[in-house]
Amino acid sequence: METKPDIYGWCGRILKIDLNDGSHHTEQIDNALYRKFIGGRGLAGYFLRPFITLPWNDNAMPLLLFTGPLVNTISPTSGRMTIMSRSPLTGAVGDCSVGGSLGTEIKKAGWDGIIITGKSDFLCGLEIINDEIKIVEAKQYTGWGTAATHQAINKKGATAVIGPAAENDVLFSSVIVDGHYAAGRGGIGLSFAIKNIKYLTVRGDKNTFIFDGPALKKSRADVMRLVSASPALMGEQGIARFGTGALYDLIDARTMMPTDNFRKSIFDRASKMNAFAYQQRYHPHNTGCRGCPVLCKKETAADLILPEFETMSHFSALIDNDNLEAVTEANRICNDLGMDTISAAATLACYAEISSLKITPEMLFSLLHDIGHIRGVGAELAEGSYRYALRRGRPETSMTVKKLELPGYDPRGAYGMALSYAVSTRGGCHLRAYPISHEILRKPVATDRFTFDGKARIIKTAEDLNAAVDSLTACKFLFFAASLEEYAQVFSAITGLQSSAEDLFRAGERIYYQEKLMNAANGFSQVDDDLPKRFFNDDSRKDDRIVLKAINRNDFYQARANYYRIRGLNEGGLPTKEKAAELGLLWKV
Amino acid sequence: MESLINKYSTKMISAGLAPAGAPLIALLDADVEWNRHDTLQKTLEQVMAGLHINSLIFSELAEPYKTIIDYLAVSSAPTIFPEDSETRTFFHDFPVCPTFSALELISALKHRKNVIVPKAGIVALGSVSPLQAYVSFSSVCFSCFVKFFTDYLWARRTGRIDKKMEDAFLKVINLLEPPHSPPTLATGPFASRNDILSAISEAGRATVQSRLVDSFFGNISYLACDILYISQTASSLDELEGNIDAVPLDGSSSVGITASSEYSAHRQIVNNTSYRAILHGHPKFSVILSLDCKINDCKFRGSCHTSCPQKREVCGISIVPGEIGKGLSKTVPAAIAHDPSVIVYGHGVFTAGVTDFNEPLQRLAAIENACRAEYFRRAGISSARQWPL
Ligand code: SF4
Ligand SMILES: [Zn+2]
Repeated sequence: METKPDIYGWCGRILKIDLNDGSHHTEQIDNALYRKFIGGRGLAGYFLRPFITLPWNDNAMPLLLFTGPLVNTISPTSGRMTIMSRSPLTGAVGDCSVGGSLGTEIKKAGWDGIIITGKSDFLCGLEIINDEIKIVEAKQYTGWGTAATHQAINKKGATAVIGPAAENDVLFSSVIVDGHYAAGRGGIGLSFAIKNIKYLTVRGDKNTFIFDGPALKKSRADVMRLVSASPALMGEQGIARFGTGALYDLIDARTMMPTDNFRKSIFDRASKMNAFAYQQRYHPHNTGCRGCPVLCKKETAADLILPEFETMSHFSALIDNDNLEAVTEANRICNDLGMDTISAAATLACYAEISSLKITPEMLFSLLHDIGHIRGVGAELAEGSYRYALRRGRPETSMTVKKLELPGYDPRGAYGMALSYAVSTRGGCHLRAYPISHEILRKPVATDRFTFDGKARIIKTAEDLNAAVDSLTACKFLFFAASLEEYAQVFSAITGLQSSAEDLFRAGERIYYQEKLMNAANGFSQVDDDLPKRFFNDDSRKDDRIVLKAINRNDFYQARANYYRIRGLNEGGLPTKEKAAELGLLWKV
Repeated sequence: MESLINKYSTKMISAGLAPAGAPLIALLDADVEWNRHDTLQKTLEQVMAGLHINSLIFSELAEPYKTIIDYLAVSSAPTIFPEDSETRTFFHDFPVCPTFSALELISALKHRKNVIVPKAGIVALGSVSPLQAYVSFSSVCFSCFVKFFTDYLWARRTGRIDKKMEDAFLKVINLLEPPHSPPTLATGPFASRNDILSAISEAGRATVQSRLVDSFFGNISYLACDILYISQTASSLDELEGNIDAVPLDGSSSVGITASSEYSAHRQIVNNTSYRAILHGHPKFSVILSLDCKINDCKFRGSCHTSCPQKREVCGISIVPGEIGKGLSKTVPAAIAHDPSVIVYGHGVFTAGVTDFNEPLQRLAAIENACRAEYFRRAGISSARQWPL
C-alpha cells in the first residue's frame, strides 16, 4: 500500500551548513511558515532577516539558496530559484532569481533550501548528492573562469560557480549557474567568495509529491494556452524566437534606449545591433531553464550564449559601441570572470563620461579584464559606478538607485518604471515590478507610459505579484501571459492547500514588506527611494529635438507618496508597526 | 483618471452592454475615484479593499444580455463555463455569486476576474486599467450570448428544452437588434503610411459600429511595400489610431512583438496569397454555428477547437480548428489560400480582400447575417418573425 506523504510540494526541510567547522544539519520547517512565505525569495528573506544588520561580510551572515513548492514539478517555468544574502554592492537585501537546473536539483536532493554560514579555511567546493554533503578542496580552481570551472565539475550535478571577479572582491560579481545562467545583480558572487566557496554542485533523485495530479495537469494546460496565445512570448517576434533581445527594437522605437550613460535615449545604430542581427550572425538555437516552454536563451553551435536584452543594450547604446561581436565577447568575458553585465557596462559608461573617452572594443575587453582582476583603473571600477563617481567628485554621473546600476530602460520613457526603480527593495532593478509589461508590451493591457496617474498602486501590486512569483517559483516572463489566477490553481494542485490569486498576492505583499523592514533596519529611507538627478533635470534630446522630457519632480514625489500610503509605509517611506502586524510580520526579530 | 472612467462608462452603453446611467466604475490609486454616486459604493469599496486591483466595474446589464445571463446564472450556477475558445482561454469560467455581499463577492473574485450576481449584474476587475474590467465585462456578455444560443440548439436537437429555456429564448430573440449593414469604406490600394493607418482605423471602427463585433474582439492588417501594418495586441478595433505596428515582412526588426497575437496568421496569408487586407472578428452567430456539430459520438468532443478532423462548413464557409496564436496560424492561412473567408471553431471569422477593407468587411457581415438566418432555420423559427432581412 502506498504511504501518504507528510507534505506535498515542499520537502519539509532545509539544509544548514556551517563552514566554520564544516558541519551541517537538517532543519524541519513548520507548515505555517510555508503558508506565510511560500519558498524561494520569501522563505530566504525570512531566514535572512535576523542577520540583516550584520555587515555583508560578517562570518555569521547567511548565504541562502531557496527553491519553491512548484520546483521539480510540471508547473511551467518551475526551474527557477533564489540566491540571497545582504548585498555587498548596495547593503540592501540582495537576491537574485536564477534559472538553469540548480533549483530543480536542490529540490530533487530533498531540500527546500540551503543556508550557508561561516567561512571555510580554504577555497572550497560544496558537493551535495541527496543527503550526502561534502566540503572539498577547490584550491586547484583558484582564479579559474566560470566556464572552465563549470566544465571541470559539471559531471557532479547542477553547478553554481564564481569566477576571478568574486575572488578579487569585485562588488558586482555574479554567480554562474550551469555554465551560463547568471545570478547577476548586487554582487552575490562576492557572498560566495567571502565564505571561500568557489563552487556548489547538487544532484538528487527524489520526487516532489503532488497532491492532485489531474488538477495539476489541467491548471498547467490553462497556463500553457495563455503562453501559446501570447505574442510577447510565443509570437513570431517574441521572446521564444529572439530571446529577451526581442525587446531591443521596441525599446529603440519607443526612444527610451539608454544611450551614452543615459545622456541620450536614441541610439542611431540600433537597427544593426538588434536581435535579428544576432540571429543572422550566429544562427543560434534555443535553450533555457528546466521546465520552461519558452526557452528564451539563445546559444550558438560553439556553445556561446548570446547576450540578453539588458546586455545587448548596455554594451551597445550605453557605451556607444556598434560592434555586435564586441557585445557578444563582452558578455562572454563578464560571465567568465563572473561579473554582472549590467553593472559592468553601466560602470564603464560612467567611466567614459567622466574621462570623456570613447571606449573601443579593444579597450572594452581590456577594461573588463582589469575590473575582474582589479588592475589599474579597474580596481576603482570594481566598486561599481556609485563609489567610482563619488571618488572622482562626479556623483551625478552614476546612474544608480541604492548604488545598483540601472538597466536598459530610460525612466523618462516609462513613468511606472521610474517609480519602480526608485522604490525597489534591491535598488535600480527593472524586475521588482516589471512595468515594461503594460507600459511597453501592452500586457495585460496598455497603460499610458507618460503619466504617474494610477502608477503607485500598479507598481505596488506588481511588486507583490513578483515577490510571490519568485517564491513559488516561476519565471516573471510567463506573467506577460498568465496570472496568479492560474498559478494559484497550480499551487493548490501541487500542495493541497486551497489558495487563490488574492492569497498569493497577500503572501507576496508580506514578502515585500519583510524586505522593506530589512532595508529600514539598515537605514534605508525616503532619500534612497530616488532617481539620479539627470532624469529630473535634463530632457533627452536628439539634435535639437526633445525625444523624452525630463520627469517632473513634484509629480514623482506625489506618486512616491501615494506609493508609501498604499504600501503601508509612513511618510518617510519607513515600515510601520501596525502594517507589519497586519501582515503577520514581527516588528523586531 | 477621470477621463478614463467616463470613457468606459460611455463605451459600455454605446456597445449595448449596459443601460444608460447604469455603469458604476471605480479607479483606485491612493484614493478611490467613482464615475458617479451610488448606494452600492460602500460594498464595492470593501470588495476593492480585499483585492489586489486598481479598477472595478459594476453594472446592471442591457437586454438581451440581462435575460440571457440571468437565465444561465440559474441554470448553470455556481459556475458558467464558456463554450467559445477565446473566452475559455482568458477567463476559464464565470462564477455566480448569489448575493451582493462584500464577503461573497471577494471570495469569488479572489479566484476570477469577474462575477455574475443574478438579477443585479456583473462585477469585473482590472489590475492596471479599467480597460481590463471593461473587456472582462464584455467577454461575459459575449460568451454567455454564445453559450445561450448554442445550448438552445443542442437542447432542441436532443429534445431537452424545458419551459424556462423556451421562455427565455423567445424573450431573447424578440430583443435582438436587427442586423446592421456596414458602410462603404475608403477604396484602395493604399500606398502612403498615413492612408494605410487611416484605412485600418476606419475599417476597425466600422466593424464595431456595425455591431459585428465588440470592440476588443478582433484584429486587422494591411500589406504595403513588404511592411505589414497590423493592429497591436490588446487594442480595441474602434480605437486603432496610434495602436498599429508596422512590421517588416523580412523579419529584420522585432517591433512586431506587440502586434496582435494573430500576427503569424496575417503574415502567412499575405505572404501566400494576393490578399492585402485582412480582417478578423468574433461575430456571434458565426461563432455559435461553428460550435453546432451534429456528430454526437465523435471521439474528439471536448477538443474540437484544437483537433476537429472533419471538413466542416456553414453557409458555404469552412470551419477550421486552431487555438489563438500558434494553433490557428496553422489552419487559417491554409484555408484562406482556397477561399477569402474562414471560420475558426468557437472563435471567429477571418476575411481577406485584395485592395482594401470593403471586401473583407462586406464578407464578414454577409457571413454573420447568413449564419444568423441559418441559426433560426435550425432553431425552427421563421426569420420573418425576428427581423426584416
Ligand atoms: S523564459 Fe527564459 S528565463 Fe524564464 S524560465 Fe524560460 S528559459 Fe528561463
Ligand atoms: Zn480572435
